[in-house]
Amino acid sequence: MIRRVGEHGLLVETGALEISHRLDALLRDRAPEGVVEVVPGPETVLVVAPGANQDRLRTALGSLLAGARDAAAEPGGGPEGAAVVTVPVVYDGADLDAVAELAGLTAEEVVARHTGRELVVGWLGFAPGFAYLIGLDPDLHVPRLDTPRTSVPAGSVAVAGPYSAVYPSASPGGWRLLGHTSLRVWDTGAVPPSLFRPGTRVRFERA
Amino acid sequence: MIEVLVPGPYATVQDLGRRGLAHLGVPGSGAADAESLRLANRLVGNPEGAAGIEVTFGGARLAFRSGAWVAVTGAPCPLAAVPRAGTGVPFWVPAGGELRLGTPAWGLRSYLAVRGGVAVEPVLGSRSTDSLSGLGPEPLRAGTLLPVGDTGELPPIHVDQAPPPGRRAGVLRVLPGPRDDWFAPGALEVLCGRPYMVSQDSNRVGVRLHGPELVRAREGELPSEGMVTGAVQVPPSGQPIVFLADHPPTGGYPVIAVVLTADLPVAAQLRPGDPVRFTTRPHP
Repeated sequence: MIRRVGEHGLLVETGALEISHRLDALLRDRAPEGVVEVVPGPETVLVVAPGANQDRLRTALGSLLAGARDAAAEPGGGPEGAAVVTVPVVYDGADLDAVAELAGLTAEEVVARHTGRELVVGWLGFAPGFAYLIGLDPDLHVPRLDTPRTSVPAGSVAVAGPYSAVYPSASPGGWRLLGHTSLRVWDTGAVPPSLFRPGTRVRFERA
Repeated sequence: MIEVLVPGPYATVQDLGRRGLAHLGVPGSGAADAESLRLANRLVGNPEGAAGIEVTFGGARLAFRSGAWVAVTGAPCPLAAVPRAGTGVPFWVPAGGELRLGTPAWGLRSYLAVRGGVAVEPVLGSRSTDSLSGLGPEPLRAGTLLPVGDTGELPPIHVDQAPPPGRRAGVLRVLPGPRDDWFAPGALEVLCGRPYMVSQDSNRVGVRLHGPELVRAREGELPSEGMVTGAVQVPPSGQPIVFLADHPPTGGYPVIAVVLTADLPVAAQLRPGDPVRFTTRPHP
């Protein structure tokens, strides 16, 4: 279903993150005329196109969505084309022991589980460059802090619920800190400014 | 160079914002009442997207170290200390002159354009202060120095007056959706029934409203999805928020309707305590 969002927006319901990413990639590859924003979410892609003929755009989005679904259904249709970013982490976070206790693991086992899987950027939000990384080991699904910290340093590597993240810049935050990375995931002087974009595959490794 | 002597309650540099980066978590930002910034720029011969100063509820004092053509639009505030100064007209501020913006008669946000534009360093293609993420220049404070851009290549000023904007009724036209089906039957009629009142918590992120509660029909959380300016988002309290320029690029509360682009300047000029009505009808 494609829903109307005001005069200039259309919200495509993909129903699945992988299809959102495929549709996003198709739209960036050959953007229909007039499109200024494409915002993938876990089950949707928002397309904002002030200059476009909405009926024509709706038709185009319908066929692109069908293409994204077909590609996802193909055998081996994983995100093999997507970029992979390796994030070196010093596991010295203030909450490492607390996460271990919540998970019933040792700190070493927490590190092993955090580095043991490839994650993927679901979407970005909360702050510029803040990527919600999906695919975290279920043992590391821990609740957020009851009281968020007023300041979390840039580069902090954290977990909360089913997600992991790297804080792109210093900000308040309630996620549990496992460590930090010297990799700059966000740089307003770079093009693009974010190392992460929806669909980027991410692997953490011990620095 | 313009020196900020007093910024008033809140003042920032704004242009037309950052486009095409919402998928990286970057809000659009830009002038809350973009129509007024565009007009101010036209009056001084700037491109419409040049950076100007967005002054919230007047109260600002600016010292001009060099002479400049200036125009003030948006919420009409009394202007003092500069001969021929007035809203909706280009006027010359001499070197050493001080321009004072008083409290607006109505509305909330006034826009000052200076010929050449405010030439602070752009961040991600824009000179706008984003109050949500902190991108762009710091909000103005006493002592902030604002460079003025080159005027050499600009066309001559050939408009001497814009029609006074006039106060527009606090009516916001909306298109239903995208998530009106998350609400109890009749919720749109509730939204468009009795007026809402603008809350003190309103800012550049959104206009928070108090009024008839919008009741949800569905339990559970909506997965995070892209949001547009003008979205009428409804948190669990049932009290709607109209998203303005600095709204988050994605959100998790259902959007019952979206304000028409032409009425975003009306939303941006609402003051705390003002009444506002929604309607799904086109202009009367």
